[in-house]
Amino acid sequence: MNIALVAALLFAALLAGSRPAAAERLVASLTNHRVLITSNYTGVELVLFGTVESDGASPVRSGAFDIVATVTGPRESLRMRRKARVLGIWVNTQGRTFVDPPSYLAVVSNRPLDSIAGDEARRRLQLGIADTPLPELINNDIGEVANDPFRAALVRLMYKRGLYNEASNGVTFLTPTLFRAAIALPASVPTGNYTVDVKLFADGNMIARTDSTFQIVKVGFEQFVVEAARDHGLLYGFATALMAMVTGWIASVAFRRD
Amino acid sequence: MQIFLPIADIPVNVFLVLAMGLAVGFISGMFGIGGGFLMTPLLIFIGVQPAVAVASVTTHVAASSFSGAIAYWRRNALDMTLALTLLAGGIVGSAGGVALFTWLRALDQLDLAIGLSYVTLLGIVGLLMVGEGARAIVRAYQGKPPVLRRPGSHAWFLGLPLKLRFKRSKIYASAIPVLAIGFIIGFLGAVMGIGGGFLLVPLLIYLLRVPTATVIGTSMVLTFLTMVSATVLHAATNHLVDAVLALILMAGGVVGAQFGARAGQRIRSEWLRLLLGLLVLAVGSRFAFQLVLRPEDLYSIRMIEGGP
Repeated sequence: MNIALVAALLFAALLAGSRPAAAERLVASLTNHRVLITSNYTGVELVLFGTVESDGASPVRSGAFDIVATVTGPRESLRMRRKARVLGIWVNTQGRTFVDPPSYLAVVSNRPLDSIAGDEARRRLQLGIADTPLPELINNDIGEVANDPFRAALVRLMYKRGLYNEASNGVTFLTPTLFRAAIALPASVPTGNYTVDVKLFADGNMIARTDSTFQIVKVGFEQFVVEAARDHGLLYGFATALMAMVTGWIASVAFRRD
Repeated sequence: MQIFLPIADIPVNVFLVLAMGLAVGFISGMFGIGGGFLMTPLLIFIGVQPAVAVASVTTHVAASSFSGAIAYWRRNALDMTLALTLLAGGIVGSAGGVALFTWLRALDQLDLAIGLSYVTLLGIVGLLMVGEGARAIVRAYQGKPPVLRRPGSHAWFLGLPLKLRFKRSKIYASAIPVLAIGFIIGFLGAVMGIGGGFLLVPLLIYLLRVPTATVIGTSMVLTFLTMVSATVLHAATNHLVDAVLALILMAGGVVGAQFGARAGQRIRSEWLRLLLGLLVLAVGSRFAFQLVLRPEDLYSIRMIEGGP
């Protein structure tokens, strides 16, 4: 009787916990893998299309799917400063160095993250900005600080610049298995390589994931100027100085009155 | 019409930047100053990173001071010996200023240092100008003749060794105070991102007793030379000069400066000094408020190039 109960429980657990491998497959693609920054660039919205494919062997899942897409930009270290009043004026008195936080971080999903997965799963999968590690430099050591006001300020300021964003309405299911995710890239996004990590959830568990990448690059005249400034700084400096002199000279000739 | 600035990494409205160039150019032409102390805060206000703003404004000031210098050179109203001596001091000062700039930035205290120096310097210079201009206006209304400059009394520091003859300015003085003034202008220019014309002109007039005929032209030549070398230095070391931004600014700036210069000729010089003094004071008090008022956000971000 006891043994039968344990066996039944085990069987139920097996059914619920360990799903047959690759019962669902996630296929996703971006509309564009290269975002070009030209002289009239003012930001762009990138679209990710995807579909949940069943392998046909297992029964079709009856429950709804959830999608969470995390877009991570190039990583760059930064310093957070906090002002305090010293002798009547506001002075930066404290600072923290964050080691390689993403310069862009967007998490889009079809409904709020806490209704997609539980606390433990979100922490484990680093789902959402609150559960993304942002390590700091602490006395030549790199680690995370619990309940850090500097971390909160970093996230808040990045939100304000449109560089960090969490949108629980960013993913729409067009059919029960076909979805579309919108990724907003504001004008201030840094150039470089971006990764898109798409996770498929059902009943609070991640059942499939896939990833994709895209690049934000400057092209044409923009690229020419940036490369000239970066690789031939001295020459670029002389060229701009010459440009200043020519402009000044043209003005003095054009407005000459004697 | 929006245009994406390649180095500043932000889109801006071309007409807004052009209008800013025109407005600052008008003021700089009217008062015979470079206008960096107005342009740099304006650019920061529209969202350009402070470092890029400072670097690109140097290019803009180079263009406007070059067109000014040509005009004075044609009228033979500049003193090259004086300008080059000032420049020698200025180069050393710039190097010192850049070193201090880098050190303060690493300590997270650059914003504070810039704010404090703007408040102190603009406050003092603005008050002096307003006071002097107001006194001159009162004298003019009372029908008294303007106080003659060059009372003949030579300050002690003009008698120091290393005497040089500055022919065009008709002064024979020690090179030491000239080099020192150059050093101060170069040092402040590097730290504050200003050409220093509004500071140099009074220093030359009141300390070195340079005649009005050559003072503006000489100041323009010095501003041009320091700003051109600052452009090349900024471009070669920090890669921060945005040529597109600088071009839009200077296009507006040189045109504005011409109209400003014409308007300036129609205003009596004591009123001009009073107005410039008020403008300098206004910019100075804006920085003072920024230091004293509680900031909107106590936290700020500074990107670290090349890792921590």
